[in-house]
Amino acid sequence: MNAALALLVRDVKLAWREGGAIGVALGFYLVVVAITPFGLGPDLNLLARVAPGMLWVALLLAALLSADRIFHNDYEDGTLDVLITGPLPLPVLAAIKSLAHWITTGVPLALLAPVLGLLLNLPLDAMPLLVLAMLAGTPAVSFIAAIGASLTLGLRRSGLLLALLVLPLYVPVLIFGVSTVSAAMVGPGSPWPPFLMLCALSLASIVLAPLAAAAALRTALR
Amino acid sequence: MQPPFTVSLEARDIACERGGRTLFEGLDFALKPGEALLVSGPNGAGKTSLLRQLAGLLPLETGQLSAPGAEPDMAVAELCHYVGHLNAVKSTLTVRENLAFWADFLADGKVDAALAAFGLGPLADISAGLLSAGQKRKLALSRLFAAPRPIWLLDEPSVSLDAASVKRLDAAIRDHLKAGGIAIVSTHVPLKTRFAKQLTLGLEHAA
Repeated sequence: MNAALALLVRDVKLAWREGGAIGVALGFYLVVVAITPFGLGPDLNLLARVAPGMLWVALLLAALLSADRIFHNDYEDGTLDVLITGPLPLPVLAAIKSLAHWITTGVPLALLAPVLGLLLNLPLDAMPLLVLAMLAGTPAVSFIAAIGASLTLGLRRSGLLLALLVLPLYVPVLIFGVSTVSAAMVGPGSPWPPFLMLCALSLASIVLAPLAAAAALRTALR
Repeated sequence: MQPPFTVSLEARDIACERGGRTLFEGLDFALKPGEALLVSGPNGAGKTSLLRQLAGLLPLETGQLSAPGAEPDMAVAELCHYVGHLNAVKSTLTVRENLAFWADFLADGKVDAALAAFGLGPLADISAGLLSAGQKRKLALSRLFAAPRPIWLLDEPSVSLDAASVKRLDAAIRDHLKAGGIAIVSTHVPLKTRFAKQLTLGLEHAA
């Protein structure tokens, strides 16, 4: 337990110190959402209608920017070799590193989303559910990103390949994430069924993705 | 003072294959507490691969490893300290933070003793990114003292160390052996440590 906590604290500290991870993701999110109205024009009703989808798509892309850091830095400087000789089983190791990615990327992006929602004329009463849906859905984003990060470990320019591998896996998160927010805005149904599906997706990824990531790590280390 | 280590290491019929080429096969050795093994051989003979296999980073092609004297559910890798070619040093953390992480992660170790082991105490609070190559190497080797583990796997540990530090490393290995530890070292630099066993890889290909 102590080892797990030490690893989590170190990963969060590294992401904070190296700056790039959190700052670039937030900046990218801001820029993508800010230029959307320029592309779509000043029609406020149209902007409000596309806002949930836009916010979710931009969030997925922003989260992927730092996804290759989940394992890559530790692989490059030899830390991963030593981590593996530690007391934690490999899937637990992968889970903790994914959790650190969620804390340093998923949570800040979800908290920034309502501010960006203002830029897209998202109704104010949909904001709480937007943040809630994003907090519930981003664990799936981080844990699935870890699969891509471990599969592309050791490849050069792995970021693009990672996005190609992982983005299709985000389709369910996107669908249920957007329908939660849309239902809160315009109905007709209740937003809770898609929200619960989102929670289920996150829980399933938290359990299953580290197993897949661990298997991919084993192969990458050969 | 911690109790002496009582773990032995036995390797039976180990083989290693890299990229379809067999590096070595049928390797046997057994080390009792306090014994050291010197692994030598030409470049590409499989010294690093053998150490990585012992650390659980590479799968064994055949054969098996066992550690009599350890708790039965402990993997051999968990008894090992692996110091490879890469230093596993985080340049954005300070020297102390680097060691403190390994002390917490690998076991409930002691940071101050580890800092003193290679004389890094005065550098404790500077960022590890500012260290020279030799100092980074010393930081990687200090990890050996951050958490007590019976088996040391050292792959070319003296690279970029100055003469005084090599002597210090040499003495550290001897102290470890005296405490009942096991050291498996691959090096091209002569050390004063008395190696109980020697293993030369790559002879079958040398001819």
